[in-house]
Amino acid sequence: MIRIGIDVGGTNTDAVVMDGARVLAGVKAATTADVMTGVVNALADVLKASGKAAADIDVVMIGTTHFTNAVVQRRDLAKTAAVRLGLPATASLPPMVDWPADLREAIGNLSYLAHGGNEFDGRKISPLDEAELIGIAEDIKAKGVNTIAITSVFSPVSDECEKQAAAIFEKAIPGAHITLSSEIGRIGLLERENAAIMNACLRDLSQQVIEAFRGAITSAGIKGKFFLTQNDGTLMEAAFAEKFPVLTFASGPTNSMRGAAFLSGVKDAIVVDIGGTTSDVGSLHKGFPRQATVAVEVGGVRTNFRMPDVFSIGLGGGSHVVETDMGVKVGPTSVGYRIVTEALIFGGKTLTTSDVVVAAGKYDLGDRSKVAHLPQALITATEARIAAMLEDCVERSRLSPDPLPVIVVGGGSILVDKPIAGLELIKPDHFAVANAVGAAIAQVSGEVDRVYALAEIGRDAALADAKAQAIEAAVNAGASRDSIEIVDVEDVPLAYLPGNATRVRVKAVGELHVA
Amino acid sequence: MSPKGYLLSEADLHPLSLGAALLGTGGGGNPYIGMLRARELIRSGHEIRIIDLDTLPDDAFVGEVGGIGAPVVGIEKFEEGHECYYAMRAVEEAAGVKMSALISAEIGGSNSLEPIIAAAYAGLPVLDGDGMGRAFPEVQMTTFFIYGAPTAPAAIADEKGNVVVFRQVIDMFWLERFARDAAVAMGATAGLASAPMTMEYVRRTAVPGTVSEALRIGHTVLDARKARRNVIEEVLKVTGGGLYFTGKITDVRRELTGGFARGHAILSGINDFAGSEARIAIQNENLVLWVDGEPKVMVPDLIVNLDLDTGEPITTEVLRYGQRIAVLGLPVHPLMKTEKALDVVGPKAFGYPELTFVPIAASQASIQG
Repeated sequence: MIRIGIDVGGTNTDAVVMDGARVLAGVKAATTADVMTGVVNALADVLKASGKAAADIDVVMIGTTHFTNAVVQRRDLAKTAAVRLGLPATASLPPMVDWPADLREAIGNLSYLAHGGNEFDGRKISPLDEAELIGIAEDIKAKGVNTIAITSVFSPVSDECEKQAAAIFEKAIPGAHITLSSEIGRIGLLERENAAIMNACLRDLSQQVIEAFRGAITSAGIKGKFFLTQNDGTLMEAAFAEKFPVLTFASGPTNSMRGAAFLSGVKDAIVVDIGGTTSDVGSLHKGFPRQATVAVEVGGVRTNFRMPDVFSIGLGGGSHVVETDMGVKVGPTSVGYRIVTEALIFGGKTLTTSDVVVAAGKYDLGDRSKVAHLPQALITATEARIAAMLEDCVERSRLSPDPLPVIVVGGGSILVDKPIAGLELIKPDHFAVANAVGAAIAQVSGEVDRVYALAEIGRDAALADAKAQAIEAAVNAGASRDSIEIVDVEDVPLAYLPGNATRVRVKAVGELHVA
Repeated sequence: MSPKGYLLSEADLHPLSLGAALLGTGGGGNPYIGMLRARELIRSGHEIRIIDLDTLPDDAFVGEVGGIGAPVVGIEKFEEGHECYYAMRAVEEAAGVKMSALISAEIGGSNSLEPIIAAAYAGLPVLDGDGMGRAFPEVQMTTFFIYGAPTAPAAIADEKGNVVVFRQVIDMFWLERFARDAAVAMGATAGLASAPMTMEYVRRTAVPGTVSEALRIGHTVLDARKARRNVIEEVLKVTGGGLYFTGKITDVRRELTGGFARGHAILSGINDFAGSEARIAIQNENLVLWVDGEPKVMVPDLIVNLDLDTGEPITTEVLRYGQRIAVLGLPVHPLMKTEKALDVVGPKAFGYPELTFVPIAASQASIQG
């Protein structure tokens, strides 16, 4: 299978062509204001470099930060009605209660509470009231809104209420864009509801963006299928991504980590992705990024997406190097993408980490004579500072005392040439385009997260049921059944509940099924 | 404090919940939803007044309220809003009295905010104190019950309008059992109100000043972060606690016994504690700290884990390998250290029969400030 992976970042659009497990070519192109031109350019460049014809390409996988940026910048968001089913429970806090006011206003600040919802064990809180929902639908329609996010209490346990309500709204507002919270998030009502509302308000934009990606691919002459990568490093078909744009949030760091695992062949490691401005550090477990356990904010809104547990420090290839009374200071300010004009080695006036690495003779980049004057003491002190910064964040990312290796990827990898924190250092081939590789090799997943009463069905049966559901979810998402593996099983007994109530999360992952 | 006390402002809610999370000693539930609920009430014009224990006459009645249920359910099916308020009204009706103020069962974690919310609906003040000075997992573990507060009438209310009144309950352990079962039937979130106590009794048995203390701790953490001062040092100053260990977590072991997640965290020392190893026993809360095998701090004294850099309190469910933490010991109020109290909240009550409670000394000023 010949595939193209593309990572559309804020600065660069990276692309790779892969033949099976082999990287044929990798390129970096500038991300353009319209995004699409950058993608078209990257596609043309990478095809040329690989020697493959457009007709040879089976699939294209795209990772993008476009939707995250739309929320952060509050642009292109649709007016959205938030409907919550759960009365009389949850009445104390309306939907969007903790959103930044400007974002809430940007999507019309329209929310409704209605009856419905379930208890933790599946019992009904109150029956769904059809007349009540029709009344809400009429109000939404009258306000000229046709995007709706529906959230029901404990919908990860039972999604029946959300589905019934959706049917009522579809009938009342034909053609409405409806997002159900149970299709997106997990337990934690406010956070899941937030995710559903954000997804809904991105639906109009996702239609346009995905249509444009489709256009860029077609104009390159590629006839293969096209997918987007989600925040857990797995794929969704373009048509699915159109409905669930919110699932692309945080796919960038995930793709670099997955790419790092693939390029190095190491599945348990710490990954340091060094860009121009920051380094993202996270830990890989069985080839997947470790996920954050606490709520993650996007654009000022708390969500409970499956996001990688990654943290950033202000260290990159373009970080400023400044001598102070306290010693050498590195970052957090950076010349970013202007490194090609501002760094000393490129004839600029700003001393950056890249300049120091070239002066030290560790890497050949730009014009070395322009940094020949740097004193050895400064070079030594800067290298020590960089090493200390990396050591600190690697230490923080370690989740066990096992001596895991450290994989370094990203354009700024030139800053590293020695083991960090005494751990084995791996700098794989194609390290600069690891994120595009991560997109290209993305698999397909299915996940289940629900509460079982173990007193009734027993732990083994509960886990078996959850695994079967996760596998079905993966098949439905496009995985080929025989390749599916269970990659994560977590059962957490719930304190204070009877019947050994236990929350079970299972994730299944498989290879993309290409017909 | 003036006899009229002070009004809680919206700006106080974040520091209050931060301080309450710290006093939760790793447990007590997440105060985030309660903080938002209190904020909504203040924004809609409700007044929340905190008054000193000396303010009301001896024969005034005080109601103790708190949420009961499973924390994980509380983040999914959160409150209609009036649960504690309705439970409190049911107790008033059953006892034939009118409450003059409300008080928290536990200042640690989410229950710090429940009386505040119920009091806002009722138009009543909230007493500056609580029944634990920290967080504990069960209803009977309050100073009020330990020193003989009546166990009935008590009431529990859910979001649907169900109210169950317990007219006759022989002791606090039975109340815990009945209330827990009723809460589960109600969908594992409910508001519980205990029998009315007289102000004279509450003055003798409540841990005083804890609402203000939580506020003070929260402000201290936030101010220290803003000014880039050492958060841990500032917290020690304001709480009168001691720094008992600084280390990196090298292992977390958990097992489930009797419906509770119990376990241990192992720490390897850094800075002044380099070369030493510590172990913390956890249930919902942190129970015992050993350093190099020696018990150093144990319940009911407070064992507080703070992120070494930010001072953020770390709850027991998110403890994990690699975290760098400061372990603080804070002296619990003397009311929690008597023989009577230790029977209910001492190390033996939590399954450590080999430990005899040795209190830690207040290293700085008194916690009442």
